Amino acid sequence: MANQQTGSDPLSADLLIVGGGISGITAAVEAAEAGKTVVLIEKEPYLGGRVAQMFHYFPKLCPPSCGLEINFRRIKDNRKIHYYTLSEVENVSGEAGNFEVTVKKNPRYVNENCTACGLCEPAVTAERDSDFDFGMKKTKAIYLPHEMAFPLRYVIDMSAVKDKSELKGAVDACPYEAIDLDEEPQSLKFHVAGVVWATGWKPYDAEKIENLNFGKYPNIITNMMMERIGAPNGPTEGKILRPSDQKEVKSVAFVQCAGSRDENHLPYCSGICCMASLKQATYVREQYEDSQVHIFFIDARTPGRLEDFYQKRQEDENIKIYRGKVAEITEVGDGNLKVKAENTVTGEMTEVEVEMVVLATGMVPNVADNPPANITLDDYGFMAPANDSTGIVGAGVTMRPQDVAASVQDGTGAVLKSLIAAARR
Amino acid sequence: MDTKVGVYICSGCDIAKAIDVESLAEKTKSETNVPVCKVNEFLCGEKAIAEIKEDIKNEELNRVVIAACSQRVKTNEFNFEDTPEVLVERTNIREHCAWVQKPEDEDTQMMAEDYLRMGVSRAQHAAPPEANIEEISKTIMVVGGGTSGLNSALQAADAGYDVILVEKEEELGGWARKFKKTFPLNPPYRELEDSGYQELVQKVNDHDKIKVYTSTTIKKSKGQPGQLDVTLQNGGAPEDIRVGSIVMATGWKPYDPEKLGYLGYGKCENVVTNVQMEEMAMKDDFKRPSDGKEPESIAFIQCAGSRDKDHLPYCSTVCCRVSLKQAMYLREKYPNAKIFIIYKDIRTPAQFEMFYARVQEDENIFFTKGEVVEVAEDSDKGVLIDVDETLLGEKIQVKADMLVLASGMVPTTRVEGAVGFLDEGGEAFGPPKTADGDKPEEKAEEPEEGEKKAAAGAEKGAKILNLSYRQGTDLPTLKYGFPDSHYICFPYETRRTAIYAAGCVRAPMDSYQAQHDASGAALKAIQAMEALSVGKAVHPRAGDLSFPDFFLQRCTQCKRCTEECPFGSLDEDDKGTPKPNFFRCRRCGICLGSCPERIISFKNYSVPIGSHMIRSIEIPEEIEEKPRVLVFICENDALPSFDIAGLKRLQYSPYIRLIPVRCLGALNTVWIADALSAGFDGILLIGCKPGENYQCHFVRGSQLAEYRMGNVKEKLKQLVLEEERVRIEHLALTDYDKIPGIIEDFMEEIDTVGPNPYKDF
Repeated sequence: MANQQTGSDPLSADLLIVGGGISGITAAVEAAEAGKTVVLIEKEPYLGGRVAQMFHYFPKLCPPSCGLEINFRRIKDNRKIHYYTLSEVENVSGEAGNFEVTVKKNPRYVNENCTACGLCEPAVTAERDSDFDFGMKKTKAIYLPHEMAFPLRYVIDMSAVKDKSELKGAVDACPYEAIDLDEEPQSLKFHVAGVVWATGWKPYDAEKIENLNFGKYPNIITNMMMERIGAPNGPTEGKILRPSDQKEVKSVAFVQCAGSRDENHLPYCSGICCMASLKQATYVREQYEDSQVHIFFIDARTPGRLEDFYQKRQEDENIKIYRGKVAEITEVGDGNLKVKAENTVTGEMTEVEVEMVVLATGMVPNVADNPPANITLDDYGFMAPANDSTGIVGAGVTMRPQDVAASVQDGTGAVLKSLIAAARR
Repeated sequence: MDTKVGVYICSGCDIAKAIDVESLAEKTKSETNVPVCKVNEFLCGEKAIAEIKEDIKNEELNRVVIAACSQRVKTNEFNFEDTPEVLVERTNIREHCAWVQKPEDEDTQMMAEDYLRMGVSRAQHAAPPEANIEEISKTIMVVGGGTSGLNSALQAADAGYDVILVEKEEELGGWARKFKKTFPLNPPYRELEDSGYQELVQKVNDHDKIKVYTSTTIKKSKGQPGQLDVTLQNGGAPEDIRVGSIVMATGWKPYDPEKLGYLGYGKCENVVTNVQMEEMAMKDDFKRPSDGKEPESIAFIQCAGSRDKDHLPYCSTVCCRVSLKQAMYLREKYPNAKIFIIYKDIRTPAQFEMFYARVQEDENIFFTKGEVVEVAEDSDKGVLIDVDETLLGEKIQVKADMLVLASGMVPTTRVEGAVGFLDEGGEAFGPPKTADGDKPEEKAEEPEEGEKKAAAGAEKGAKILNLSYRQGTDLPTLKYGFPDSHYICFPYETRRTAIYAAGCVRAPMDSYQAQHDASGAALKAIQAMEALSVGKAVHPRAGDLSFPDFFLQRCTQCKRCTEECPFGSLDEDDKGTPKPNFFRCRRCGICLGSCPERIISFKNYSVPIGSHMIRSIEIPEEIEEKPRVLVFICENDALPSFDIAGLKRLQYSPYIRLIPVRCLGALNTVWIADALSAGFDGILLIGCKPGENYQCHFVRGSQLAEYRMGNVKEKLKQLVLEEERVRIEHLALTDYDKIPGIIEDFMEEIDTVGPNPYKDF
């Protein structure tokens, strides 16, 4: 492992991988283990991306940190991988075989001396909303992104303080001179033969789906928030409690295609939300024996062997499945919610009252926010497959909405495609 | 070689607040006689590292014990790669001691002292591994010339590797050759596309690095990755080739339509499968079989045999889109025809939703959700389909001139009637058959002279690769005949090193995904050869240079190792003596765990190393009332979990001592005997979850640990010891909050059982 955070000369490498989520990490380790030198760029202060926020994977109901742990070990053991956190690609120029990539490295304010001993944390009072927990938890302005974070190092959110002097206590408390409040952003340049674009996705902004009233009623949450609520290192330490009154939740409705398969929002299917909700239904069912789960599908999409998981949930009498699209969610007092769904064929309405609603919001590709030049995107912002010959190869949800296994396949394959495009020049 | 150990104790990170480090250093020095033993308040800092490097040079140290934080952190700092002859032992007195124990307590100090003794002991008895390097072939054999195989072959060749492509049919192209069009893969995802397979076949045929063998099957694959000697059979004389790795892209076959009688197949003349519909489309002739009439109405039944526990319980993934595609063929041909699609759920993931939307725009295509109750034939050979549980809540009857059954995909690795690795009733996951156990009933074909018969029974395989491996001829399969893998995080990992499955043989998938999958499998095949060429292990212990050494003079031919290796790396000679194949080995150490004679050792992981560590621990006399419990933790998940417990400062009993193991399966039960005879009161094994949703990185390790526990309990009985003294727990990485409870509970049990009666001997 090498984590070169400084250096003025452009670093040369075979591949530069944009995005340190599961697709990008996979691309990096698979390339490095095939003997290639790799630069991995991640904008967050930790690697792992979306999956690091999840409690369990479907269908094995196992923690993503287990696979991440192995991948982090592979990174630590391999000197061919140079990773940069808190970094963003600003520009890609050149062509396959000869790219120049400019990267902005934002300050962490905590250097490699940090041992994660935690002595700095009590010395600071300023707090911030944890974006890792979708604002459901607060951390200090100096914080460890999460217990399993890699690299395991503190970071400062400068926007959480009015003045740097508020962090002086941390500087004094650190025995290792690990805190540098004057760190400046840096511009780094890389010469690389190929680029893999694996910037992943963000959840669709649920507030845009007006009829579902997310943001208006506190007990309507998104599926990604549900992952944090289920996680032992989340805001409720894994207890499924609803936001308004921290009450144990005994009835939950899952609203599928919240924004997906909808011309007014995301016309495509996000591919994974059906399985995500079925998985989250088990979080609720396993924690509370007397709980009731209601799932509203248009179609249940559980391809391949994932069908087994769907069948198993159908055997649970306390999981009710409805066919239809949810038309409206309203609050009915005590923080409870009424979910109204319409049978798409008959127009018949179904109503269910529950204590919490989870919106199965879809995936929006990040590549569309800042796409590299010469890359074509489809109408929805995904990188169209025809780009491979440019030497900038997409991987994971950059290409299409898909699950972790498909992203891992993609990340592995993208390495080869990018190297071939580079070799052809 | 003499070991010269330097011990470096860190006092930073609050370690010195919990432990008297100076006294710890004094004690370590006086007890172990190590030439160097130092304390530093910032051991991972530049200065301290430089000092260690100086000591290595000046004092000629060849072992360094870093008594500080976890082996998972500061890996860069404590990596003395300039001096590879120096073995670095990380002794964790931070997360596993100072952070989880009462500060300045006698018991905490004793724990730290024991960890130092264990660390020094390991350093003295372990050695840095040296790579096993042999001449290897870097040619990839791709088996199967369909979409996946062609893509794998072409990309591996484009990356500069020699490829041998083996196809059993006369022509390359696979199913794409038999399909008229493919559903849309490119924006705007609305119109049918040509698969482009002819161009792909042309490129493969023209490529100077690809040698194509059509009408060819594999008679035998002998040896190990990097040195696989494959005998090809293509009508004439068999041809021998040597390859380094294999991409298995043998694809799928349609579900047997004869089993779809309940949907009218074979009973009603005008019922065809989706594969037959493609044949009609290729001929542009959709006339119905019974009377050659041009159909005016065509029905499709989705999930014909799929998502059905009596047929294929899984979803074949592509059939919805195939029917939408075929509906478009028909609508183009017959402007007035009506199409009825009867479905449970329409599954058009991702951007394929646009294609579904496009088809829905056609007013002559009707979608009916429901369950098919019956399919019958009327007097003019029309097909009558009774559908129940529709969205309208009523029964309806659909009448059509012709019916297409959207039948599913079966992997070519599935053997009809054979029990898969994890299929219900499958024995492969249960106790392995030992030499004195039951013999498998079925035998593989007669072996060649001097070779051991391949294991038969549950994992008899589809005889595609015809590996001459002791454990069977093909990739071990999961449920439903798909090759076994960690299909979420590490989908390419199969249980046969350097053999990677790609495409529909692995899971039902569309051609887009198959193309991507093919690229990934090709990279893995390249990667495996590159790693093996320098003696490195592949995933999950990627880069590991250590390998098991067999002291065969003491082997009793019990065959446990050859049967229990999850990766089939060991063959046998006639007597049953193991024949190691290091390039198949994944270095998990399960063979070491299996061996009752303790003859299997890695340079840095062996039965003696573990035994020395156990014996280095001080056992207080009974009268002191300080019990001791030895805890073996799997280094993959349990160890990180203990680290996080440390980070969270969760407190637990000071009477435990942790020993990390490569896998619970890599734990030799001799260590349990050693610990009991040394006076330990209890032994706890903490590892990953076994079973259908196994989380063991070596597939079977934690399962085998459970199985071996049976033998351990037997032994305990013989020694008149309570079987409660040994317990296995499963711990996921995120279960760190459960650690204090697990330990507490076991300590209570030990308290009830009482001290080990052998303690004061």
